[in-house]
Amino acid sequence: MDTKLRGTALREDDLRSGRVLTTEWRGKIQYTWDAGVAIGQFLDGLKAGKLLGRKCQQCQRVVIPPRMFCEICFRRSDEWVTLKDTGRINTFSVSYVNWDASRRTTPQVPAVIEIDGASPGMGILHMLGEVGESLEQVLASVQVGMPVQAVWKPAEQREGQITDVLYFRPVK
Amino acid sequence: MSGAVAIVGAGYTPLRAVSPQASFRELIFEAAVRAYEDAGIGPRDVDSFVTVAEDFQDGTCIVDEYTPDQLGAVQKPVQTISGDGLEGLGVAWMLVKTGQFPVVVLEGHSKASNVRHPAHIEAMALDPSFVRPHAWHPSFVAGLEMRRYLHDSGTTERQVACVAAKNKRNALRNPLAAFPAAVSPEQVLESRPVAEPLRELHMAPTADGAFVFILAAEDVLKRFRSQPVFVDSVAWVCDTCNLHTRDWGRAVYAEKAAEQAYAEAGIKDARSAFDLAEVDDTYAYKELQHLEALGLAGRGEAGKLVERGEFDASGRLPVNVSGGALGCGHLFESNPLRGLLEGVLQLRGQAGERQLGKARRGLVSSWRAVPTATGGVAVLSRR
Amino acid sequence: MSKVAVLGAGMTKFMRRSLETGRELCWEAADAALQDAGLTIADIDCVVIVTAPDAFDGVHMKGEYLLDGAGAKGKPMVRPYVGGGSGVFGPIAAWYHIASGRYRTCLVVGEERMSPTQPHPQGAFNAIYDQFTERPLGVNLLWIFSLEMMRYMQVYGIPLETIAQVAVKNKRNAKDHPACQLGAELTVEQVIESEVMSYPVRRLMVSPVTDGAAAMVLANEEFARKKGGKHVWVEGVGWALDTSYWTNRDLCYPEYVEKAARAAYKMAGITKPREEIHVAEPYDPFAYKELHHLEGLMLADKGQAPKLLEQGYWDRDTTNGIPASPSGGLLGVGNPIAAAGLMKAAEIYYQLSGKAGARQVQRNVKRGLAQAWGDLMQVGTVIVMGV
Repeated sequence: MDTKLRGTALREDDLRSGRVLTTEWRGKIQYTWDAGVAIGQFLDGLKAGKLLGRKCQQCQRVVIPPRMFCEICFRRSDEWVTLKDTGRINTFSVSYVNWDASRRTTPQVPAVIEIDGASPGMGILHMLGEVGESLEQVLASVQVGMPVQAVWKPAEQREGQITDVLYFRPVK
Repeated sequence: MSGAVAIVGAGYTPLRAVSPQASFRELIFEAAVRAYEDAGIGPRDVDSFVTVAEDFQDGTCIVDEYTPDQLGAVQKPVQTISGDGLEGLGVAWMLVKTGQFPVVVLEGHSKASNVRHPAHIEAMALDPSFVRPHAWHPSFVAGLEMRRYLHDSGTTERQVACVAAKNKRNALRNPLAAFPAAVSPEQVLESRPVAEPLRELHMAPTADGAFVFILAAEDVLKRFRSQPVFVDSVAWVCDTCNLHTRDWGRAVYAEKAAEQAYAEAGIKDARSAFDLAEVDDTYAYKELQHLEALGLAGRGEAGKLVERGEFDASGRLPVNVSGGALGCGHLFESNPLRGLLEGVLQLRGQAGERQLGKARRGLVSSWRAVPTATGGVAVLSRR
Repeated sequence: MSKVAVLGAGMTKFMRRSLETGRELCWEAADAALQDAGLTIADIDCVVIVTAPDAFDGVHMKGEYLLDGAGAKGKPMVRPYVGGGSGVFGPIAAWYHIASGRYRTCLVVGEERMSPTQPHPQGAFNAIYDQFTERPLGVNLLWIFSLEMMRYMQVYGIPLETIAQVAVKNKRNAKDHPACQLGAELTVEQVIESEVMSYPVRRLMVSPVTDGAAAMVLANEEFARKKGGKHVWVEGVGWALDTSYWTNRDLCYPEYVEKAARAAYKMAGITKPREEIHVAEPYDPFAYKELHHLEGLMLADKGQAPKLLEQGYWDRDTTNGIPASPSGGLLGVGNPIAAAGLMKAAEIYYQLSGKAGARQVQRNVKRGLAQAWGDLMQVGTVIVMGV
């Protein structure tokens, strides 16, 4: 391979000083997505303070997030199941970085939580709360496999969004 | 590898301006179920899957992520092509021809109604340094092209209006169509100017819907219960989307793609070869420009012929008997899949009210819309 | 099955921010690959462009925008887009273009410009998550990697120090890669003590955001033989996409990589991959992923890749193991997503043709593989090459 590869690396200063010019564009990149049948009902369930799953009678899986079809059996799924709002931690992380790569002083604790009432391994993504403010505190209070409980927004504040659950906290 | 490739299954949903009753997954599932039923198989019988989509049309980073479940393709070979339905058809065709994947599924869909500011998305495809700073509505590209095409070809604005009227009327007999209408060329001429000479009724409004096709190698056709429609050839050509270096009057990509597709399908005289043609009409003038590029009309002749009724449903060569994009709705990358479906239905004798007698050979052409100069051509036939 | 040869490869430097536009980067890489192959663009029948999220360059329909630079004007071009798997999927797509019998030659160009996205390219990845059930949580790309890393470590009891060794190995290997701007001699302590991004992921375990492009030229057997010389052949390809419902899967093991590998091995007639694969470029956007993928490729038992790492099994100068990421990988050379995957595929071509210079592995190599991964912990793409 040729050892002299092409490409001109810029430094931050090249842009700051105006040696290199840029153009900027901001567009209105917005969408209003149709939730459809399965997610529509799921969001209604959240507003009512419930976590809903769907059952496929053929493979017997109870899945969350719900879908109107079983992707394994490739058939319409059969019934709605009201799940518990408790679960077990499948995995978690302690994040000091925001979506835009800026740094945080207090961490966010995202987790995959296997929901009780659904099939084993049926997790959803959500946040953990009341687990500490520092890495050390979080690592001391959270373990994979630990049982957790949803903390809901008060009924009148719920909007039919996944954020109607504020977070999951360790079962006391 | 030396055998032919055929479409053995076709599934779809009706095309509608909005589709709040179903998520994109549910729309695609419906089309997939129909396609599998049509062919008499299930997803386990499929060797590879191809979908066509663009991130910003769906509002997701890496749309490929959300493709397998509703096709029954979990853990199978699935790929997303950022291209239009004919490019997807080409990829599916090539996969079959390798001999490794005898049965391949092709999927495309539109949830255009979910895009709040389509002009911004379209503008995002324009060159960021040289074009976007003008902040013009991206329809200007079509306006410039239409003006040049009219100049080069001598086509009149009334002739262009005839295309819109024809296609919207054709859609009246297509239960799948989103925008059937009984409009006259005069109404089209009087519609609101958008980027003159481009007018509102020249432009296909967007619609939602989904398509799933199943392709198979000739030597496994016995497995399927449907009548096969052969894909004799499918070719596509990408020309530059650079506005500064293009030929504004001619659809060079369509000329080249047609040349390749006709050569492979053994088509010597395009004018007499086809019983129907589904030709891109994202803008009404494009149908005329494409007809000339495809050799279905001489240079500068398409406008006269459409005005005379040559390309009507009852004419010598029905063009966009489905209603085209103008009548069915603009479906982003899935426009040619609507055309492909019409070809399949017509060649199988399943086109109901629109049936064109014993159709034996059809043409589908596509264009990836502003600002591209990319499009494909497919030749379909019945044995 | 028709045979497909790799005739040449080329790439640009991998830079934090390039002056060149995406089109220009494509051109530089394509030109370098054509020169390496001793061909001109007139010899090329079709083009495959691979490039990951359009959001990075800030251009919708990015493939159309880039095609001028990729030599695709007036030619058939497709852009398969399978997220991070795209870099290795490029030559896979070239394979099916040629093996279909339709085209004699294919140019693959992989490009990524991450620097245009403001305030940071990471933000573009928010939209990989489900818009209904996940995005409203204020998601972040790093979460999904850290959640997977945590699960992998927990299930198999893998120490952080071992994972850190992947970063040390690859950054050291990268010092010999011409595209690399920042090779480094790191210690395990430096990696473990680097800033916690999203525990357990630390900054030096994450591949750097970069701009760059790479390209390869492939051809059918007749064309390759007419050219003469010894060639590297594509022996097997495989790809697989798992369910989008990633939270319903156990992330400790990449089943989709295994599925893709099985398909590639079957096509290549490989029944004992650990004996028949002599060099590997597993995708390494994060340090733990290389180990995760080596297991998915069945080159190590589940949970065992870290132990083998400690024994030097994956080192570049191993004589009884399988050198992994001799290029330096994404961790070492940089991660312009699609270009990086293609760089890894190119590395196998260089290793098998003895052109890897200071990076040439010690042991004799006749067969190697490159693997990429992408989407929501979902896609495996694998290509096996041999001489």
